[in-house]
Amino acid sequence: MLDLAVLIGVALICLSMLIVLVRALRGPTLPDRILALDTLYVNAIGLIILLGISDRDQIHFEAAILIALIGFVGTVALAKFALRRDVME
Amino acid sequence: MLDYLLEGLVALTIVGGAVFTLIGSIGLLRLQDVFQRMHAPTKATTIGTGLILVASSLTTWLAHRELSLHEVLVALLLFVSAPVSAYMISRVALQQGLRTREGSSADAPRPPDGEDR
Repeated sequence: MLDLAVLIGVALICLSMLIVLVRALRGPTLPDRILALDTLYVNAIGLIILLGISDRDQIHFEAAILIALIGFVGTVALAKFALRRDVME
Repeated sequence: MLDYLLEGLVALTIVGGAVFTLIGSIGLLRLQDVFQRMHAPTKATTIGTGLILVASSLTTWLAHRELSLHEVLVALLLFVSAPVSAYMISRVALQQGLRTREGSSADAPRPPDGEDR
């Protein structure tokens, strides 16, 4: 039962990442693209956690924490750059 | 018996979280302007990933009879960072002069003379 649920979850999240990618490529304005990239990394965290559930080990959480940290920093850096054309002040 | 019920609950939580994530992405694709699109990923996708983290924590309980705290760390990080990044992105949108669509009930500034971006 668990394996089937993980399979369905992986399929749904992959579909959702494809949809987000469409918005990132199409997105008429810059904030749209930044928002799509932000959503993409949150989806990637969900995908990695599902992989950890199906493999039944703990090592995947390190990757999830790293992606969460670096994704957040990346989003803030992109937004700062779009605001001021400068990341650090 | 209890384990069987718990496994069913975990399966339901995984599928529910994935469905919430998909709803967030569909909202990102389908909504009208930037200020509306901000809502879907920051709420639905965060809740979806949170549900998947809960499912992972319950799975650890099924396997080893102990709750792991890694999930709490990831969830805390996500729940703190999602509003901050949404705030930064909306500041970018406001600074670039983007406006809500005509007839939208959102709180952001309206187009001055029917200009539509």
